Amino acid sequence: MVKFPSIRTLAGAGVIASAALLAFACAKRPSSAGLVGTDAAKAVYVAPGQHDEFYAFMSGGFNGQIGIYGLPSGRRLKTIPVFSQYPENGYGYSEETKPMLNTTYGFIPWDDTHHPALSQTNGEDDGRWIFINANNTPRVARIDLTRFETEEILEIPNAGGNHGSPFVTQNTEYLVASTRFSVPVPNADVPISEFKKHFKGQISFIKADEPGKMRVAFQMIMPGFSYDLARSGKGASNGWMFLSMYNTEQAYSLLEVNASQNDKDFVAAVNWKAIEACAQKGIVKNVPASYVHNYTDEFTREAKSTTLTSVPQFQAKDCPGAVYFMPTPKSPHGADVDPTGEYIVAGGKLASVIPVHSFSKMLKAIEAKAFEGEIEGIPVLKYDATLAGEVKNPGLGPLHTEFDGKGYGYTSFFISSEVVKWKLGTWEVVDRVPTYYSVGHLMIPGGGTMKPNAKYLVAMNKITKDRYLPTGPELTQSAQLYDISGDKMKLLLDFPTEGEPHYAQAIEAKKIKDKQVKFFKLAENKASRVARTEKETGVSREGRRVHVRMTAIRSHFAPDNIEGVQVGDTVLFHVTNLEQDWDVPHGFTIMGATSGELLIMPGETRTLRWVPTKVGVYPMYCTDFCSALHQEMQGYVRVSARGSNVALSGVTSRPQPARKAEGPKQ
Amino acid sequence: MPKSARILVAVAALLMSAGFVLPLWRVDLIAPQYPEGLGMLIRVNTVEGVKEQDLNSINNLNHYIGMKRIEPDAIPELEYMPAILGALVVTALGVAALGKRPVLYVWTALLGAVQAAGLYDYWKWGYEYGHDLDVETAIIKIPDMTYQPPLIGSKQLLNFVATSWPASGGWALILATVLVGVAVWQTVKQRKAASAATT
Repeated sequence: MVKFPSIRTLAGAGVIASAALLAFACAKRPSSAGLVGTDAAKAVYVAPGQHDEFYAFMSGGFNGQIGIYGLPSGRRLKTIPVFSQYPENGYGYSEETKPMLNTTYGFIPWDDTHHPALSQTNGEDDGRWIFINANNTPRVARIDLTRFETEEILEIPNAGGNHGSPFVTQNTEYLVASTRFSVPVPNADVPISEFKKHFKGQISFIKADEPGKMRVAFQMIMPGFSYDLARSGKGASNGWMFLSMYNTEQAYSLLEVNASQNDKDFVAAVNWKAIEACAQKGIVKNVPASYVHNYTDEFTREAKSTTLTSVPQFQAKDCPGAVYFMPTPKSPHGADVDPTGEYIVAGGKLASVIPVHSFSKMLKAIEAKAFEGEIEGIPVLKYDATLAGEVKNPGLGPLHTEFDGKGYGYTSFFISSEVVKWKLGTWEVVDRVPTYYSVGHLMIPGGGTMKPNAKYLVAMNKITKDRYLPTGPELTQSAQLYDISGDKMKLLLDFPTEGEPHYAQAIEAKKIKDKQVKFFKLAENKASRVARTEKETGVSREGRRVHVRMTAIRSHFAPDNIEGVQVGDTVLFHVTNLEQDWDVPHGFTIMGATSGELLIMPGETRTLRWVPTKVGVYPMYCTDFCSALHQEMQGYVRVSARGSNVALSGVTSRPQPARKAEGPKQ
Repeated sequence: MPKSARILVAVAALLMSAGFVLPLWRVDLIAPQYPEGLGMLIRVNTVEGVKEQDLNSINNLNHYIGMKRIEPDAIPELEYMPAILGALVVTALGVAALGKRPVLYVWTALLGAVQAAGLYDYWKWGYEYGHDLDVETAIIKIPDMTYQPPLIGSKQLLNFVATSWPASGGWALILATVLVGVAVWQTVKQRKAASAATT
C-alpha cells in the first residue's frame, strides 16, 4: 500500500503544492504494462459473434450525446443523439426530430451531457429508460431503451447549469435537477455584484415515470450556492435525496480561489416525502415560468414542443423539515449513498479525508436539534453529529465513490490519479490502483444502486497524454476497465471513448437485449404524411410548398422522377421505409440539401426539407447501403424557374424489358 | 375389424384433426445475412411466415429473381383443403364406428390417394414458383437456374439454403397414417387367423 505521509500538509498548502506532487509523481511513474495481469487479454476478449456481458452508457460530455459500449470488451456500439444534432442519422435535422431541440431560447444544436441515470425498480436498475442532463441550457432527457432513442426532453426553469442531475429515486418516482450556477429567480437584469441579494439556487424534483408526462413536480428555492452532484437515499433512507454543493462563499468571480475559502461546504439532505406533505398543505404554489416540454409520440414518431407557463415552487424555509445542511469539507463533488442507504460519502475535492455521514445519526441529530446554526432558514447540523467516520490519508482530490455491495467503497482521486478501495465501517484503505490519468468519475455496474454487480469498475480519465496513438492536439478520451471481483483491483483494459464521458451507467445486457424493437410496424405508422404502400405515394403543391410522399424499399424510391418543382419552393420529402425486417434502414438525401440527410428505420416516416435555389436537375439517392442494388437506388428532381409551366409530377416507371445485348462492332 | 384396429383408426382421426391448428409443412431459408433465418409455415388453409414479417421479407427478396409473390389468397387449394381434411376425419370416425373391413380398405386407399395428390400439388406449386420467373424484369438472371424448393430435405438456392420438412401437423398426419397402416395389418392378420380357423 502506497502511503501519503505528507498529505495533510500538502492539502493545507493548497492546490499548487498538490500539482507539484503530481508533476513529481509523473516523473517517477512506473510503466503500467507491468500492472496488467497476463490473463487480462482473456478477461476482456469477447469472441467474434459473441456478445458483451454489460451495456455501458457513457455520457458524451461536450458532444451532448450518450455513447454505448460493451463491457468487458470496451467496444463502442452506438451513439444516441440527445441534446446535439447528429448528422449521421438526421436527428435534429429532419422535420420530425427538430422540435426535440427546441427551447425557450429557440432551436439549440448542442449541449453538454454529464450524468446518465438508469431507471430503477426497488432500488435496482431495470433497463426501461436512461435519463441524462443538459448542463448548459438546463434540461433533462428520457431515452427509451427498447429503441435506444431520445423520446422526451424537459427544460428546467430558474436553473443555471443543470449539473446535479438527473439522479433517480429507488422506484423512479422522481429524478432530481439542481442548479450549478445560481441565477436571479426569476431571471432579471441585476448587477452581478449583488449576487447575495438576488441570486438563488434551486432543486427540482421531476416526475419521469410515465412517457410523455415528464414534469417538474416541485421546485425548491435554495440559497445561492453551487449545487454539484446528488444521490438518492435508498432502503432505510428512501424518501431522501443527498446533494453536494460548493461555493457556499457565494463568490461570483475567480471562483477557483474565492469559492475555496470555507473549511466546510455542505451536503444537503432533502426529504422529498416531507415536501410532498407540504404540497398537500398548499405550501407549493404555481408561479409563472416559461419552459418547454418536447415529446416524440411512439406512433407518429413526430416530436412536438409545448411551452409550459408555470412551475410548482416554494421557498426551502417555508416547508419545515424539507432540507438540512450537513457540513462537509471542502468543496465536495460526489455525495454518494451506499447500497444499504446508511452511509453518505462525500468526495471533497480539496479535502484530506473522505468524510462519511451516517443517515441514522443524521435522523437523531435532527431529532435532538443538534444544529450549529441556520442559513436562510435551513438548519445546519453539527459536523460531528452526523459523521460516521473519515477515511484517513486516502489520496489527493477525492471526487466520487461507488460501491460493490460487499462492504467496500471505491473512490476516484483526480489529483493523485488513482482509485482507492476502502472498507465501510472501519474506514481503512485496503487497496489502491493508479489510473492513466486523473480519473474523474468511476462506475461500477449498479454501483450507485441497492444491487451492485461488482465484477468491473470503469475509470473515466480526464487526461489522456500518451495512452494512445497521438492524433494531433486533441486526443481521444481514455477509459480504463478494472477487475474488482477479487481482493485486489486489477487493470484489464484501456479503451477510447467519444466526447468526454463524465459519468456512466452499466447494466447486465440480458435486462435490455431481448426487449429491442427490430422495426416499426407499418400498419401502426401514424405519421401525418405516411405512404404505407407505393399506391399511396404522390406529389402535391400547397402554394410554394411541395409535399412528396415517397416510399423506399430495396432497391428503389417511389416516385423517383419528380418534375414541376420551382426555384424557391420548399420541398418536403416525406419518406416512408416500407421494409419490415431488422437492420434494413434506408437513407435519403438530394444534392445541395442544407438539411443533411435522413436515415429512415424500417416502417418509419422521416421528412427532409429542401429549398432549391438554382434551376437544374438534382440527383437524390439512398445513403445507407441497403442491398446488392443499393447503388441503383437513386432518382432525379427537376427544378424549373419560378413561374414555369412544367406540371408537377412524380413517377416511377414500370420495369423495362432488358435490351438485347449487341455484339461488339467489327 | 378387431377392436384394437377400430381404436387405432379413431385415434388417427383425432391426430389428423390436429392438422387444423398445427402447421403441416415448414420451409426454412438461411443465408449469411439472415442468421436468424426466414421461414414459411404451410397450414391447411394458409401460408404464413414463421415470424410475423417473414413471408413479406421472402416475397421482397424473390423480386430479385423475378419470382411471383406468394399470396395465400391466390392459392385455391388453401380454400378447399380444410373441407378435405374435415371429410377425412369424419369418415375415419365413421370407419371406426362401423368396424367393417371392406370400408376400412376402401377408406385407406382413399387416404393414400388424397395424400399423394396433396404432396404432388405441393410439389407442383413449388415447381411453378421456382420455374415461372419473370425474365423480363428479373434483376438477377442466371442461365438455367431455377428456384424450386425441395419437397423434403435441403437445397442451395443462390445465397440461401432452403430446407423443407414436415411441421408438427405434418408429423401428426404421418403418425395417423402409420396408425391406419397398423390397423389394416391387424385387420388382415385377424382375417387370416379367422379363415385358418374355419378351414
